[in-house]
Amino acid sequence: MSPELIEVKYALDTFYFLICGVLVMWMAAGFTMLESGLVRTKSTTEILTKNVALYSISCVMYLVMGYAIMYGGSAGGYLPDIWFGNIISNSTAEEVIASNGDTYYSGASDFFFQVVFVATAMSIVSGAVAERMKLWSFLLFAVILTGFIYPMQGMWKWGGGFLDAAGFQDFAGSGVVHLCGATAAIAGVILLGARKGKYTSDGKVNAIPGSNLPLAAIGMFILWMGWFGFNGGSELKVSDIGEANAVADIFVNTNAAAAAGLIAALVTSQLLFGKADLTMAINGALAGLVAITAEPLAWTAGYASIIGAIGGIIVVFSVLFMDKIRIDDPVGAISVHGVVGIWGLLAVCLSGNEDATLMGQLTGIVVIFAWTFVTSMIAWFIIKSVIGIRVTEQAEDDGVDVSECGLAAYPEFVNK
Amino acid sequence: MKMITAVIKPFKLDDVRETLSNLGVQGVTVSEVKGFGRQKGHTELYRGAEYVVDFLPKVKIEVAISDEMVESAVDAITSSAHTGKIGDGKIFITTIEETIRIRTGETGAEAL
Repeated sequence: MSPELIEVKYALDTFYFLICGVLVMWMAAGFTMLESGLVRTKSTTEILTKNVALYSISCVMYLVMGYAIMYGGSAGGYLPDIWFGNIISNSTAEEVIASNGDTYYSGASDFFFQVVFVATAMSIVSGAVAERMKLWSFLLFAVILTGFIYPMQGMWKWGGGFLDAAGFQDFAGSGVVHLCGATAAIAGVILLGARKGKYTSDGKVNAIPGSNLPLAAIGMFILWMGWFGFNGGSELKVSDIGEANAVADIFVNTNAAAAAGLIAALVTSQLLFGKADLTMAINGALAGLVAITAEPLAWTAGYASIIGAIGGIIVVFSVLFMDKIRIDDPVGAISVHGVVGIWGLLAVCLSGNEDATLMGQLTGIVVIFAWTFVTSMIAWFIIKSVIGIRVTEQAEDDGVDVSECGLAAYPEFVNK
Repeated sequence: MKMITAVIKPFKLDDVRETLSNLGVQGVTVSEVKGFGRQKGHTELYRGAEYVVDFLPKVKIEVAISDEMVESAVDAITSSAHTGKIGDGKIFITTIEETIRIRTGETGAEAL
Protein backbone atom coordinates (compact mmCIF):
# COMPACT_ATOMS: atom_id res chain seq x y z
CA MET A 1 0.00 0.00 0.00
CA SER A 2 1.19 3.49 -0.73
CA PRO A 3 1.86 5.74 2.28
CA GLU A 4 -0.92 8.09 1.15
CA LEU A 5 -3.42 5.25 1.09
CA ILE A 6 -2.34 4.07 4.53
CA GLU A 7 -2.76 7.60 5.86
CA VAL A 8 -6.25 7.99 4.41
CA LYS A 9 -7.37 4.59 5.68
CA TYR A 10 -5.94 5.35 9.13
CA ALA A 11 -7.79 8.66 9.22
CA LEU A 12 -11.03 7.08 8.02
CA ASP A 13 -10.96 4.17 10.47
CA THR A 14 -10.07 6.47 13.37
CA PHE A 15 -12.88 8.81 12.40
CA TYR A 16 -15.34 5.92 12.14
CA PHE A 17 -14.23 4.62 15.54
CA LEU A 18 -14.68 8.03 17.17
CA ILE A 19 -18.11 8.63 15.65
CA CYS A 20 -19.26 5.21 16.81
CA GLY A 21 -17.93 6.09 20.27
CA VAL A 22 -19.99 9.26 20.21
CA LEU A 23 -23.09 7.21 19.37
CA VAL A 24 -22.40 4.90 22.31
CA MET A 25 -21.80 7.92 24.57
CA TRP A 26 -25.28 9.09 23.58
CA MET A 27 -26.70 5.83 24.96
CA ALA A 28 -26.10 7.41 28.38
CA ALA A 29 -28.83 9.87 27.44
CA GLY A 30 -31.03 6.96 26.38
CA PHE A 31 -30.65 5.17 29.70
CA THR A 32 -31.22 8.44 31.55
CA MET A 33 -34.50 9.15 29.73
CA LEU A 34 -35.69 5.55 29.88
CA GLU A 35 -35.07 5.31 33.60
CA SER A 36 -36.51 8.71 34.49
CA GLY A 37 -39.63 7.80 32.52
CA LEU A 38 -40.14 4.53 34.37
CA VAL A 39 -39.74 5.80 37.94
CA ARG A 40 -42.18 7.94 39.91
CA THR A 41 -41.97 11.72 39.80
CA LYS A 42 -40.60 11.80 43.36
CA SER A 43 -37.53 9.76 42.27
CA THR A 44 -36.74 11.68 39.10
CA THR A 45 -34.04 14.12 40.21
CA GLU A 46 -32.18 11.31 41.93
CA ILE A 47 -32.21 8.96 38.92
CA LEU A 48 -30.99 11.82 36.73
CA THR A 49 -28.21 12.61 39.21
CA LYS A 50 -27.20 8.96 39.33
CA ASN A 51 -27.01 8.76 35.55
CA VAL A 52 -24.98 11.91 34.96
CA ALA A 53 -22.65 11.02 37.86
CA LEU A 54 -22.15 7.38 36.92
CA TYR A 55 -21.20 8.35 33.39
CA SER A 56 -18.59 10.75 34.72
CA ILE A 57 -17.28 8.30 37.32
CA SER A 58 -16.95 5.64 34.60
CA CYS A 59 -14.85 8.00 32.52
CA VAL A 60 -12.52 8.87 35.40
CA MET A 61 -12.12 5.34 36.77
CA TYR A 62 -11.48 3.86 33.34
CA LEU A 63 -8.76 6.43 32.79
CA VAL A 64 -7.21 5.90 36.23
CA MET A 65 -7.15 2.09 36.14
CA GLY A 66 -9.87 0.37 34.10
CA TYR A 67 -8.24 0.71 30.69
CA ALA A 68 -4.84 -0.35 32.06
CA ILE A 69 -6.33 -3.50 33.59
CA MET A 70 -8.37 -4.37 30.51
CA TYR A 71 -5.93 -3.61 27.72
CA GLY A 72 -2.52 -3.28 29.40
CA GLY A 73 -1.69 -6.88 28.60
CA SER A 74 -2.01 -10.12 30.53
CA ALA A 75 0.81 -12.63 30.39
CA GLY A 76 -1.07 -15.37 32.23
CA GLY A 77 -4.54 -14.61 30.90
CA TYR A 78 -5.98 -14.16 34.40
CA LEU A 79 -4.31 -11.15 36.03
CA PRO A 80 -3.44 -7.89 34.29
CA ASP A 81 0.15 -6.81 33.69
CA ILE A 82 -0.65 -3.26 34.75
CA TRP A 83 -3.12 -2.20 37.45
CA PHE A 84 -3.00 1.58 37.31
CA GLY A 85 -2.16 4.40 34.99
CA ASN A 86 -2.97 6.08 31.73
CA ILE A 87 -1.82 3.81 28.91
CA ILE A 88 -3.33 5.80 26.04
CA SER A 89 -0.74 6.10 23.29
CA ASN A 90 -0.98 7.13 19.67
CA SER A 91 1.39 5.79 17.04
CA THR A 92 3.54 8.23 15.08
CA ALA A 93 3.06 8.67 11.34
CA GLU A 94 6.28 6.72 10.69
CA GLU A 95 5.11 3.81 12.83
CA VAL A 96 1.72 3.70 11.14
CA ILE A 97 3.22 3.70 7.66
CA ALA A 98 5.85 1.14 8.67
CA SER A 99 3.06 -1.16 9.96
CA ASN A 100 1.67 -1.22 6.40
CA GLY A 101 -1.94 -1.07 7.54
CA ASP A 102 -1.72 -3.27 10.66
CA THR A 103 -2.09 -0.19 12.85
CA TYR A 104 -5.25 1.33 11.41
CA TYR A 105 -6.72 3.53 14.14
CA SER A 106 -5.45 5.93 16.79
CA GLY A 107 -4.76 4.59 20.27
CA ALA A 108 -6.74 7.40 21.82
CA SER A 109 -9.75 6.55 19.68
CA ASP A 110 -9.59 3.02 21.09
CA PHE A 111 -9.66 4.40 24.64
CA PHE A 112 -12.60 6.62 23.78
CA PHE A 113 -14.58 3.75 22.27
CA GLN A 114 -13.90 1.51 25.28
CA VAL A 115 -14.64 4.11 27.95
CA VAL A 116 -18.18 4.66 26.72
CA PHE A 117 -18.77 0.90 26.93
CA VAL A 118 -18.00 0.75 30.63
CA ALA A 119 -20.46 3.60 31.17
CA THR A 120 -23.11 1.52 29.41
CA ALA A 121 -22.51 -1.42 31.75
CA MET A 122 -22.86 0.84 34.79
CA SER A 123 -26.04 2.48 33.42
CA ILE A 124 -27.72 -0.92 33.53
CA VAL A 125 -27.33 -1.05 37.31
CA SER A 126 -28.90 2.32 38.05
CA GLY A 127 -32.35 1.47 36.70
CA ALA A 128 -32.64 -1.79 38.63
CA VAL A 129 -31.90 -0.23 42.03
CA ALA A 130 -33.94 2.93 41.39
CA GLU A 131 -36.10 4.74 43.94
CA ARG A 132 -34.72 3.25 47.17
CA MET A 133 -30.92 3.20 47.13
CA LYS A 134 -28.71 5.81 48.77
CA LEU A 135 -27.14 7.96 46.10
CA TRP A 136 -23.58 7.89 47.46
CA SER A 137 -23.65 4.16 48.08
CA PHE A 138 -24.57 3.69 44.44
CA LEU A 139 -21.81 6.03 43.27
CA LEU A 140 -19.28 4.21 45.47
CA PHE A 141 -20.27 0.98 43.79
CA ALA A 142 -19.88 2.67 40.40
CA VAL A 143 -16.24 3.37 41.31
CA ILE A 144 -15.63 -0.32 42.06
CA LEU A 145 -17.48 -1.72 39.05
CA THR A 146 -16.00 0.61 36.47
CA GLY A 147 -12.49 0.62 37.94
CA PHE A 148 -12.12 -3.06 38.75
CA ILE A 149 -14.99 -5.55 38.28
CA TYR A 150 -15.81 -4.69 34.65
CA PRO A 151 -12.21 -4.28 33.42
CA MET A 152 -11.11 -7.65 34.86
CA GLN A 153 -13.72 -9.72 33.02
CA GLY A 154 -13.28 -7.46 30.00
CA MET A 155 -9.57 -8.31 30.00
CA TRP A 156 -10.38 -12.03 30.15
CA LYS A 157 -12.24 -11.70 26.84
CA TRP A 158 -11.30 -8.58 24.87
CA GLY A 159 -7.88 -8.09 26.49
CA GLY A 160 -6.77 -11.50 25.21
CA GLY A 161 -7.25 -13.36 28.50
CA PHE A 162 -8.34 -16.93 29.26
CA LEU A 163 -11.97 -16.55 28.10
CA ASP A 164 -10.75 -15.49 24.69
CA ALA A 165 -8.39 -18.48 24.67
CA ALA A 166 -11.31 -20.75 25.63
CA GLY A 167 -13.10 -19.77 22.42
CA PHE A 168 -15.79 -17.62 24.04
CA GLN A 169 -17.42 -15.48 21.33
CA ASP A 170 -18.84 -12.08 22.26
CA PHE A 171 -18.64 -9.62 19.38
CA ALA A 172 -19.84 -6.39 20.98
CA GLY A 173 -20.60 -7.39 24.55
CA SER A 174 -23.85 -9.27 25.27
CA GLY A 175 -21.74 -10.85 28.01
CA VAL A 176 -18.86 -8.48 28.78
CA VAL A 177 -21.10 -5.40 28.92
CA HIS A 178 -24.75 -6.41 29.31
CA LEU A 179 -24.60 -9.60 31.37
CA CYS A 180 -21.93 -7.99 33.56
CA GLY A 181 -24.08 -4.92 34.26
CA ALA A 182 -27.21 -6.99 34.89
CA THR A 183 -25.38 -9.35 37.24
CA ALA A 184 -24.04 -6.46 39.31
CA ALA A 185 -27.62 -5.16 39.41
CA ILE A 186 -29.14 -8.42 40.60
CA ALA A 187 -26.58 -8.68 43.41
CA GLY A 188 -27.50 -5.15 44.48
CA VAL A 189 -31.24 -5.77 44.32
CA ILE A 190 -30.94 -8.94 46.42
CA LEU A 191 -29.25 -7.02 49.23
CA LEU A 192 -31.41 -3.92 48.75
CA GLY A 193 -34.91 -5.43 48.65
CA ALA A 194 -37.98 -4.28 46.79
CA ARG A 195 -39.51 -0.81 46.77
CA LYS A 196 -41.94 -0.29 49.64
CA GLY A 197 -45.39 -1.49 48.65
CA LYS A 198 -44.29 -3.33 45.51
CA TYR A 199 -45.12 -6.75 46.92
CA THR A 200 -47.74 -7.45 49.57
CA SER A 201 -47.66 -10.30 52.07
CA ASP A 202 -50.51 -12.13 50.30
CA GLY A 203 -48.26 -12.57 47.27
CA LYS A 204 -49.76 -9.78 45.21
CA VAL A 205 -47.60 -7.71 42.86
CA ASN A 206 -48.56 -4.05 42.94
CA ALA A 207 -48.01 -1.90 39.89
CA ILE A 208 -45.92 1.22 40.46
CA PRO A 209 -46.52 3.01 37.15
CA GLY A 210 -43.75 5.05 35.56
CA SER A 211 -44.27 8.78 35.63
CA ASN A 212 -43.46 9.71 32.04
CA LEU A 213 -43.89 7.26 29.20
CA PRO A 214 -42.95 9.77 26.47
CA LEU A 215 -39.50 10.04 28.09
CA ALA A 216 -39.24 6.25 28.26
CA ALA A 217 -40.12 5.99 24.56
CA ILE A 218 -37.55 8.55 23.45
CA GLY A 219 -35.02 6.86 25.74
CA MET A 220 -35.61 3.65 23.80
CA PHE A 221 -35.05 5.34 20.46
CA ILE A 222 -31.85 7.01 21.70
CA LEU A 223 -30.55 3.62 22.84
CA TRP A 224 -31.58 2.04 19.55
CA MET A 225 -29.69 4.75 17.66
CA GLY A 226 -26.64 4.49 19.92
CA TRP A 227 -26.56 0.76 19.38
CA PHE A 228 -25.46 1.23 15.76
CA GLY A 229 -22.25 2.63 17.22
CA PHE A 230 -22.10 -0.10 19.85
CA ASN A 231 -22.30 -2.99 17.38
CA GLY A 232 -21.12 -1.20 14.24
CA GLY A 233 -18.07 0.26 15.93
CA SER A 234 -17.10 -3.13 17.32
CA GLU A 235 -16.17 -4.16 13.78
CA LEU A 236 -13.30 -1.66 14.44
CA LYS A 237 -12.71 -0.93 10.76
CA VAL A 238 -14.59 0.33 7.71
CA SER A 239 -11.90 1.31 5.22
CA ASP A 240 -12.03 -1.47 2.65
CA ILE A 241 -14.84 -3.08 0.74
CA GLY A 242 -15.04 -6.20 2.89
CA GLU A 243 -15.11 -4.21 6.12
CA ALA A 244 -17.58 -1.66 4.76
CA ASN A 245 -19.92 -4.49 3.76
CA ALA A 246 -19.57 -6.05 7.20
CA VAL A 247 -20.39 -2.74 8.92
CA ALA A 248 -23.47 -2.31 6.73
CA ASP A 249 -24.59 -5.86 7.51
CA ILE A 250 -24.18 -5.15 11.23
CA PHE A 251 -26.30 -2.00 11.00
CA VAL A 252 -29.04 -3.88 9.14
CA ASN A 253 -29.00 -6.83 11.56
CA THR A 254 -28.95 -4.60 14.63
CA ASN A 255 -31.96 -2.67 13.36
CA ALA A 256 -33.83 -5.82 12.33
CA ALA A 257 -33.34 -7.47 15.72
CA ALA A 258 -34.60 -4.41 17.58
CA ALA A 259 -37.68 -4.07 15.39
CA ALA A 260 -38.53 -7.76 15.67
CA GLY A 261 -37.95 -7.68 19.43
CA LEU A 262 -40.36 -4.79 19.85
CA ILE A 263 -43.10 -6.43 17.78
CA ALA A 264 -42.65 -9.76 19.55
CA ALA A 265 -42.91 -8.17 23.01
CA LEU A 266 -45.91 -6.07 21.98
CA VAL A 267 -47.79 -9.09 20.63
CA THR A 268 -46.80 -11.22 23.63
CA SER A 269 -48.12 -8.59 26.06
CA GLN A 270 -51.37 -8.31 24.10
CA LEU A 271 -51.85 -12.07 24.20
CA LEU A 272 -50.92 -12.36 27.89
CA PHE A 273 -52.61 -9.29 29.35
CA GLY A 274 -55.22 -8.39 26.75
CA LYS A 275 -53.55 -4.99 26.34
CA ALA A 276 -50.63 -3.71 24.25
CA ASP A 277 -48.13 -2.79 26.98
CA LEU A 278 -45.85 0.06 25.87
CA THR A 279 -43.19 -0.53 28.52
CA MET A 280 -42.95 -4.19 27.52
CA ALA A 281 -42.63 -3.15 23.86
CA ILE A 282 -39.77 -0.82 24.83
CA ASN A 283 -38.09 -3.64 26.76
CA GLY A 284 -38.65 -5.83 23.70
CA ALA A 285 -36.73 -3.53 21.38
CA LEU A 286 -33.84 -3.35 23.85
CA ALA A 287 -33.97 -7.13 24.30
CA GLY A 288 -33.68 -7.56 20.53
CA LEU A 289 -30.63 -5.29 20.59
CA VAL A 290 -28.98 -7.13 23.48
CA ALA A 291 -29.68 -10.49 21.84
CA ILE A 292 -27.96 -9.55 18.57
CA THR A 293 -24.98 -7.85 20.23
CA ALA A 294 -23.07 -11.10 20.80
CA GLU A 295 -23.03 -11.81 17.04
CA PRO A 296 -24.44 -9.03 14.84
CA LEU A 297 -22.52 -10.04 11.71
CA ALA A 298 -22.74 -13.75 10.90
CA TRP A 299 -26.53 -13.83 10.50
CA THR A 300 -28.63 -12.81 7.53
CA ALA A 301 -31.15 -10.11 8.39
CA GLY A 302 -33.99 -12.63 8.52
CA TYR A 303 -32.26 -14.76 11.13
CA ALA A 304 -31.23 -11.64 13.05
CA SER A 305 -34.93 -10.75 13.23
CA ILE A 306 -35.75 -14.17 14.66
CA ILE A 307 -32.99 -13.87 17.28
CA GLY A 308 -34.34 -10.44 18.25
CA ALA A 309 -37.95 -11.64 18.32
CA ILE A 310 -37.09 -14.52 20.63
CA GLY A 311 -35.34 -11.99 22.87
CA GLY A 312 -38.52 -9.89 22.86
CA ILE A 313 -40.65 -12.85 23.93
CA ILE A 314 -38.15 -13.93 26.60
CA VAL A 315 -38.06 -10.46 28.13
CA VAL A 316 -41.83 -10.31 28.81
CA PHE A 317 -41.83 -13.64 30.63
CA SER A 318 -38.61 -12.75 32.42
CA VAL A 319 -40.06 -9.47 33.76
CA LEU A 320 -43.08 -11.39 35.11
CA PHE A 321 -40.81 -14.08 36.55
CA MET A 322 -38.62 -11.52 38.34
CA ASP A 323 -41.75 -10.16 40.03
CA LYS A 324 -42.71 -13.72 41.04
CA ILE A 325 -39.41 -14.20 42.83
CA ARG A 326 -39.67 -10.64 44.21
CA ILE A 327 -36.70 -9.14 42.40
CA ASP A 328 -37.99 -5.58 42.07
CA ASP A 329 -36.46 -4.08 38.93
CA PRO A 330 -38.40 -0.90 38.02
CA VAL A 331 -37.09 -0.72 34.44
CA GLY A 332 -36.61 -4.41 33.61
CA ALA A 333 -32.83 -4.05 33.27
CA ILE A 334 -31.99 -7.48 34.70
CA SER A 335 -34.34 -9.18 32.23
CA VAL A 336 -33.30 -7.11 29.22
CA HIS A 337 -29.54 -7.17 29.72
CA GLY A 338 -29.02 -10.30 31.82
CA VAL A 339 -31.52 -12.94 30.79
CA VAL A 340 -31.61 -11.89 27.15
CA GLY A 341 -27.83 -11.34 27.18
CA ILE A 342 -27.46 -15.04 27.99
CA TRP A 343 -29.84 -15.89 25.14
CA GLY A 344 -27.77 -13.79 22.74
CA LEU A 345 -24.53 -15.50 23.81
CA LEU A 346 -26.01 -18.98 23.39
CA ALA A 347 -27.54 -18.05 20.03
CA VAL A 348 -24.07 -17.38 18.62
CA CYS A 349 -23.71 -21.16 18.34
CA LEU A 350 -26.50 -21.15 15.72
CA SER A 351 -25.14 -18.22 13.75
CA GLY A 352 -22.65 -19.89 11.46
CA ASN A 353 -19.77 -18.30 13.40
CA GLU A 354 -17.41 -21.26 13.08
CA ASP A 355 -15.39 -20.35 16.17
CA ALA A 356 -18.41 -20.59 18.48
CA THR A 357 -18.94 -23.70 20.58
CA LEU A 358 -21.61 -24.34 23.20
CA MET A 359 -18.87 -25.14 25.72
CA GLY A 360 -17.06 -21.89 24.97
CA GLN A 361 -20.24 -19.84 25.31
CA LEU A 362 -21.27 -21.56 28.55
CA THR A 363 -17.79 -21.01 29.96
CA GLY A 364 -18.04 -17.30 29.20
CA ILE A 365 -21.53 -16.98 30.68
CA VAL A 366 -20.65 -18.86 33.88
CA VAL A 367 -17.35 -17.03 34.40
CA ILE A 368 -18.78 -13.54 33.78
CA PHE A 369 -21.81 -14.23 35.96
CA ALA A 370 -19.84 -15.85 38.79
CA TRP A 371 -17.09 -13.21 38.81
CA THR A 372 -19.45 -10.25 38.65
CA PHE A 373 -21.95 -11.70 41.10
CA VAL A 374 -19.41 -12.63 43.77
CA THR A 375 -17.34 -9.44 43.55
CA SER A 376 -20.44 -7.24 43.34
CA MET A 377 -22.03 -9.01 46.29
CA ILE A 378 -18.87 -8.44 48.36
CA ALA A 379 -18.74 -4.78 47.28
CA TRP A 380 -22.43 -4.14 47.96
CA PHE A 381 -22.14 -5.99 51.29
CA ILE A 382 -19.19 -3.90 52.47
CA ILE A 383 -20.93 -0.68 51.41
CA LYS A 384 -24.08 -1.83 53.19
CA SER A 385 -22.17 -2.63 56.38
CA VAL A 386 -20.25 0.63 56.45
CA ILE A 387 -22.64 3.34 55.22
CA GLY A 388 -25.81 1.42 54.35
CA ILE A 389 -27.37 1.09 50.90
CA ARG A 390 -31.05 1.74 51.53
CA VAL A 391 -32.67 5.06 52.36
CA THR A 392 -34.92 5.31 55.43
CA GLU A 393 -38.60 4.43 55.17
CA GLN A 394 -39.48 8.08 55.66
CA ALA A 395 -37.13 9.11 52.83
CA GLU A 396 -38.68 6.51 50.54
CA ASP A 397 -42.17 7.80 51.34
CA ASP A 398 -41.16 11.41 50.73
CA GLY A 399 -39.16 10.43 47.67
CA VAL A 400 -35.41 10.09 47.18
CA ASP A 401 -35.39 13.37 45.23
CA VAL A 402 -35.79 15.35 48.41
CA SER A 403 -33.92 13.02 50.79
CA GLU A 404 -30.85 12.53 48.56
CA CYS A 405 -30.74 15.60 46.33
CA GLY A 406 -32.84 18.14 48.20
CA LEU A 407 -34.62 19.02 45.01
CA ALA A 408 -37.90 17.95 43.45
CA ALA A 409 -37.89 17.38 39.69
CA TYR A 410 -41.29 19.01 39.26
CA PRO A 411 -41.58 21.50 42.14
CA GLU A 412 -44.77 23.04 40.81
CA PHE A 413 -46.77 19.84 41.11
CA VAL A 414 -48.03 17.72 43.99
CA ASN A 415 -46.25 14.35 44.09
CA LYS A 416 -47.69 11.30 45.80
CA MET B 1 -77.99 35.23 44.08
CA LYS B 2 -77.02 31.58 43.67
CA MET B 3 -73.76 29.70 43.29
CA ILE B 4 -73.96 26.87 40.78
CA THR B 5 -71.19 24.31 41.28
CA ALA B 6 -71.01 21.69 38.56
CA VAL B 7 -68.62 18.72 38.43
CA ILE B 8 -68.37 17.56 34.82
CA LYS B 9 -66.34 15.40 32.47
CA PRO B 10 -63.18 17.33 31.52
CA PHE B 11 -63.67 17.07 27.75
CA LYS B 12 -67.10 18.73 28.09
CA LEU B 13 -65.67 21.97 29.52
CA ASP B 14 -65.53 23.85 26.21
CA ASP B 15 -69.15 22.96 25.38
CA VAL B 16 -70.36 24.08 28.80
CA ARG B 17 -68.42 27.33 28.63
CA GLU B 18 -69.89 28.10 25.23
CA THR B 19 -73.53 27.54 26.24
CA LEU B 20 -73.05 29.58 29.41
CA SER B 21 -71.52 32.44 27.43
CA ASN B 22 -74.39 32.35 24.97
CA LEU B 23 -76.73 32.65 27.92
CA GLY B 24 -75.01 35.85 29.02
CA VAL B 25 -73.16 34.50 32.05
CA GLN B 26 -70.44 37.05 32.96
CA GLY B 27 -67.91 34.83 34.68
CA VAL B 28 -66.95 31.25 35.49
CA THR B 29 -64.31 29.77 37.79
CA VAL B 30 -62.80 26.43 36.71
CA SER B 31 -60.74 23.95 38.75
CA GLU B 32 -59.21 20.57 37.91
CA VAL B 33 -60.37 18.13 40.57
CA LYS B 34 -60.35 14.40 41.31
CA GLY B 35 -63.00 12.33 43.01
CA PHE B 36 -65.36 9.41 42.85
CA GLY B 37 -69.11 9.05 42.59
CA ARG B 38 -71.22 6.10 41.56
CA GLN B 39 -68.88 5.57 38.63
CA LYS B 40 -66.15 4.61 41.17
CA GLY B 41 -62.61 4.26 39.80
CA HIS B 42 -61.33 1.99 37.08
CA THR B 43 -58.47 -0.50 36.66
CA GLU B 44 -55.38 0.05 34.56
CA LEU B 45 -52.56 -2.31 33.61
CA TYR B 46 -48.82 -1.72 34.01
CA ARG B 47 -46.25 -4.37 33.11
CA GLY B 48 -48.72 -7.17 33.69
CA ALA B 49 -49.99 -5.93 37.07
CA GLU B 50 -53.48 -4.44 37.40
CA TYR B 51 -54.00 -1.41 39.58
CA VAL B 52 -57.06 0.61 40.55
CA VAL B 53 -57.38 4.31 39.84
CA ASP B 54 -59.68 5.33 42.69
CA PHE B 55 -60.15 8.99 41.89
CA LEU B 56 -61.07 10.06 38.41
CA PRO B 57 -60.16 13.45 37.01
CA LYS B 58 -63.07 15.89 36.64
CA VAL B 59 -63.50 19.59 36.08
CA LYS B 60 -65.37 21.72 38.60
CA ILE B 61 -67.00 24.94 37.39
CA GLU B 62 -68.44 27.57 39.68
CA VAL B 63 -70.87 30.18 38.40
CA ALA B 64 -72.38 32.96 40.53
CA ILE B 65 -75.64 34.25 38.99
CA SER B 66 -78.87 36.03 39.80
CA ASP B 67 -81.88 33.94 40.93
CA GLU B 68 -83.84 34.36 37.70
CA MET B 69 -80.99 32.89 35.60
CA VAL B 70 -80.57 29.71 37.66
CA GLU B 71 -83.01 27.57 35.74
CA SER B 72 -81.66 28.43 32.30
CA ALA B 73 -78.06 28.03 33.50
CA VAL B 74 -78.82 24.59 34.92
CA ASP B 75 -80.51 23.63 31.66
CA ALA B 76 -77.51 24.87 29.70
CA ILE B 77 -75.03 22.88 31.79
CA THR B 78 -77.18 19.76 31.84
CA SER B 79 -77.64 19.73 28.09
CA SER B 80 -74.07 20.56 27.16
CA ALA B 81 -72.34 18.25 29.69
CA HIS B 82 -74.66 15.33 29.01
CA THR B 83 -73.41 12.11 27.41
CA GLY B 84 -75.90 9.70 28.98
CA LYS B 85 -73.03 7.53 30.27
CA ILE B 86 -72.20 7.02 33.94
CA GLY B 87 -69.82 9.70 35.23
CA ASP B 88 -71.47 12.77 33.65
CA GLY B 89 -71.25 14.55 37.00
CA LYS B 90 -73.49 16.61 39.26
CA ILE B 91 -74.75 20.16 39.79
CA PHE B 92 -75.07 21.71 43.26
CA ILE B 93 -76.89 24.98 43.93
CA THR B 94 -76.25 27.08 47.02
CA THR B 95 -77.39 30.51 48.14
CA ILE B 96 -74.89 33.35 48.14
CA GLU B 97 -75.20 35.70 51.11
CA GLU B 98 -73.31 38.57 49.61
CA THR B 99 -71.13 39.46 46.60
CA ILE B 100 -68.60 42.26 46.53
CA ARG B 101 -66.69 43.49 43.48
CA ILE B 102 -63.20 44.21 44.74
CA ARG B 103 -62.37 46.95 42.22
CA THR B 104 -65.36 49.19 42.91
CA GLY B 105 -66.82 47.96 46.17
CA GLU B 106 -70.23 47.33 44.54
CA THR B 107 -72.33 44.72 46.37
CA GLY B 108 -75.24 42.39 45.67
CA ALA B 109 -76.54 41.55 42.17
CA GLU B 110 -74.74 44.65 40.83
CA ALA B 111 -71.44 42.97 41.60
CA LEU B 112 -72.18 39.75 39.68
